[in-house]
Amino acid sequence: MEAQVKLTKLSSCAGCGAKVGAGTLSRLLGDLPTHADPNLLVGFDRSDDASVYRVSDELALVQTVDFFPPIVDDPFTFGQIAATNALSDVYAMGGEPKLALNLLCVPEKMPQSAVKGILAGGYSKVFEAGAIITGGHSIFDEVPKYGLSVTGFVHPDRFFKNLGAREGDVLFLTKPLGTGILTTAEKAEMLELGEIDRAITIMTTLNRGARDCAVCYRVHACTDVTGFSLMGHMLEMMQGSDVSARVETGAIDFLPRVLEFANMGLLPAGVYRNRAFAEPYVDEENLPLPVRDALFDPQTSGGLLLAVDPKDADAMERDLKASVPSAQRIGTVLAKGDKSIYLI
Amino acid sequence: MNMDIVDARGLLCPEPVVLTQRAIKNGTAALTVLVDAVAARENVTRFAASRGYAVSVSEQNGEFKLELSKK
Repeated sequence: MEAQVKLTKLSSCAGCGAKVGAGTLSRLLGDLPTHADPNLLVGFDRSDDASVYRVSDELALVQTVDFFPPIVDDPFTFGQIAATNALSDVYAMGGEPKLALNLLCVPEKMPQSAVKGILAGGYSKVFEAGAIITGGHSIFDEVPKYGLSVTGFVHPDRFFKNLGAREGDVLFLTKPLGTGILTTAEKAEMLELGEIDRAITIMTTLNRGARDCAVCYRVHACTDVTGFSLMGHMLEMMQGSDVSARVETGAIDFLPRVLEFANMGLLPAGVYRNRAFAEPYVDEENLPLPVRDALFDPQTSGGLLLAVDPKDADAMERDLKASVPSAQRIGTVLAKGDKSIYLI
Repeated sequence: MNMDIVDARGLLCPEPVVLTQRAIKNGTAALTVLVDAVAARENVTRFAASRGYAVSVSEQNGEFKLELSKK
């Protein structure tokens, strides 16, 4: 009989918390040469979620890749989370995923059943998304990693950018926050049996519902909230849009016990990386420290952050409530101020 | 005089907090925790505060010495 594998014991930083910091990344990419191509609508000169390339006046290709080390112990669940997260970048552009390629790194000694489990989890979510896995590549590596490169389609005039938010826009978030903190508490064995389940449900919920809803309204900017945290991703959106945001922290939905664990210092290291990057641009008021910390929590497979025309906000809120795990109306976009984000 | 020391250098979060929690379980009045990462320093500080300990931090060569004392 094969030994039970505890996947998270094989990795030091989990899920999107393993992401290279936003500041480091832009320094690394700064000097690389890029071709100019009028059909490249979104490239890596901008920190968007995926690249978009116009094929015709009616069709653009959306491409993205995402992979990370295990955030949970169960192989099937890990595969589901990694796939949900990889597909999310296509949804964040307002697109529909069509094709996907597996990226898999596994230790030579990992039981075959675990490897199969990871892949089966990935397949299940790609299937649910209506896309097809057409191949992939696997190598041996001490720390397991899984993810996918996903290709999708979008209309070249109607994709979502992570910038373009306008003064007066209403900000929505479509999943509760705190998956980084809860998985850290799980690693510390502080959770009761079954308490991680809600976080797993959130991490394995496709952002398709949010995307399908959002494309019916005037969305000026959209991104998915992942490793850089709500604050990091919102900061990119606000700076790119040359505006500021006012965020009502009381309207933010944290997963159960997240603030309790934040208060106990059960915070992933990514919280401090994200804070170091975004803190100078965030006015944190005198809010309780656990709330402020949780806003910098790296999310794995988080929800969409949307800036929506105020005329559409009420209708979209009603619509979102029926189609996403947690429809939160978290703030408004202001004219550019001294800070990029004002928490209240 | 209690001279308990938790050496959490080289350990990744949440391990330093877990070890600190284990060490103060029986209501220790004073405890020294050694860490070598900012995240560990901040997390142990938050944890200690949540359990009613005052924390003083000193830094040497990128390592942090956290002295916890029951308030």
